[in-house]
Amino acid sequence: MKDWDWTIARLRAAIVAKEVKAADICDHFLKRISTLAPELNAFTAVFEETARARAEEIDRQPDTWRDQPLLGVPVAVKDVICTRGTHTTGASRILSRFRPPYDATVVKRLQDAGAVIVGKTNCDEFAMGSSTEHSAYGPTHNPWSVAHTPGGSSGGSAAAVSARLCPASVASDTGGSIRQPAAFCGVVGLKPTYGRVSRYGLLAFASSLDQIGPMTLTVADAATVFQVIAGNDPFDATSVSLEVPDAQSIFPGEIAGLRIGVPRPVLEGLNNDEVRQAFDTALEILVERGAILVDVQLPHIEYAVPVYYLVAPAEASSNLARYDGVRYGLRAASNHDQADLQTMYKRTRDEGFGPEVKRRIMLGTYALSAGYYDAYYLKAQRIRSLIKKDYEYAFETVEAIAMPTTPEPAFRIGEHIDDPLAMYLGDIFTVSANLTGLPALSVPAGFTSTRLPLGLQLMGRPFDEVTLLKIAEVYERESPWWREQPFKQMP
Amino acid sequence: MSSSLTKADVQRIAQLAHLELTESEQELFLQQLSQILDYARRLQDVETTDVPPTWHPESDLRPLRQDIPKPSLSPEDALSNAPAPGPRNLFRVPKVIG
Repeated sequence: MKDWDWTIARLRAAIVAKEVKAADICDHFLKRISTLAPELNAFTAVFEETARARAEEIDRQPDTWRDQPLLGVPVAVKDVICTRGTHTTGASRILSRFRPPYDATVVKRLQDAGAVIVGKTNCDEFAMGSSTEHSAYGPTHNPWSVAHTPGGSSGGSAAAVSARLCPASVASDTGGSIRQPAAFCGVVGLKPTYGRVSRYGLLAFASSLDQIGPMTLTVADAATVFQVIAGNDPFDATSVSLEVPDAQSIFPGEIAGLRIGVPRPVLEGLNNDEVRQAFDTALEILVERGAILVDVQLPHIEYAVPVYYLVAPAEASSNLARYDGVRYGLRAASNHDQADLQTMYKRTRDEGFGPEVKRRIMLGTYALSAGYYDAYYLKAQRIRSLIKKDYEYAFETVEAIAMPTTPEPAFRIGEHIDDPLAMYLGDIFTVSANLTGLPALSVPAGFTSTRLPLGLQLMGRPFDEVTLLKIAEVYERESPWWREQPFKQMP
Repeated sequence: MSSSLTKADVQRIAQLAHLELTESEQELFLQQLSQILDYARRLQDVETTDVPPTWHPESDLRPLRQDIPKPSLSPEDALSNAPAPGPRNLFRVPKVIG
């Protein structure tokens, strides 16, 4: 099997045309996963047996599955999304032996669409981090340079898709956790609008910000997975009852006359010339295809990072209160009859949580505590309203807003590990999509001189993912960066 | 302007959060949380009188459902991950009172 062009679209076509069996495809990707495991550490668990059994079942019943959009497609699931009866840890010690008694809605929808779940991908613990270094399973490495992080928190998903270990992954995005690693690893990542995709079965991090979305090689593939996982779910009260758009509606990619906002004042702070250059080149391509660039202001975006790093930890401190050693997960070893309940809680959480999770629980607890609530948490939520207004105002005149996904390319493993604030500041362009609930995607936008990928981010109006996918697909056709492949020669 | 966060604050927050922090963790978090909170102080520069908070992205597209019980996890499934399951579908915990 050729390596480079195994997109979802291509795989599905090959299976339908009987060029290849689902089981052969499954074996091909399982072999890549196992060969590159020492270099990348992209997976926390690989489901060889169940994946292969599932692929064989699809081969045995071609009539049942032929029309399904993910027919025989191997998909990896970020390890914060529940897969029934199997490994689901949030990359945390506290859930190392947890086996969820149910499937997340997105997992069920993937399976119903013919996908083969090949395993769980590594991430920062409970999706808290921007580097995948904060994992109980050790860091994931960037396929383009193993000394660099793949970004985070969905670094395992991004590395897996980038290195062709699977054509797609589903992940979560609370402050950029899909888009930033997508940019760092050179793949497509879509954070849909808040409410578009059910979070039932997602380990909750920050419930007003979390959203699940696809990571793929191409924009068309992202649209395909998005269509499969989107839609109302009675098990998630925040999911909306809106018709799911047809993935094919992104074609034919016509963007003439489309107005794309560019927040020039925000970009003035960009220090990296290669990031700026790649962004300007991407804009030129969109203009050549008829898009109209419009200056937009977004005056409060400079507060997005501090607002985010109060709101998200506050919600996290509340959500993670459930990990107390009583109902599921780790319980610190102690003599039940001698230790008191409080001691058991504290020891369990001390042993079970890693440093970044503890740091955020501390920060969030502080921001919510008596005497500081008004000055930090409430203040942040008020400024969140101002950020939201900025975008509402901008989207009165434009259909999309473009900016680089990140201010810098991938950083080295260990570079920011002792300086959490420096790590947080890298999230400047991604967090506001979560604070506002707006859809956003990252599409590969070239490389630095040292061959590290860069990303173009597009943000859109509520529930208008199709416009973002359409613009990204037009750009991708002119600049098919996804065809560049790391690990062309397997080790 | 430096943060007024003290080690006593760190200990108090850890208590509230049910975290047992080592001495060195307390020192580290004191330094790191102070730095983050100092950075967050810039929020105080923003005028927010009469600006309502946004708790979550609002939408009128989330219909309420009828409050009718539906099948859910069985007690056995719900207890299947309990670190110390007790008899008769109960969770076993350390002694709570005296």
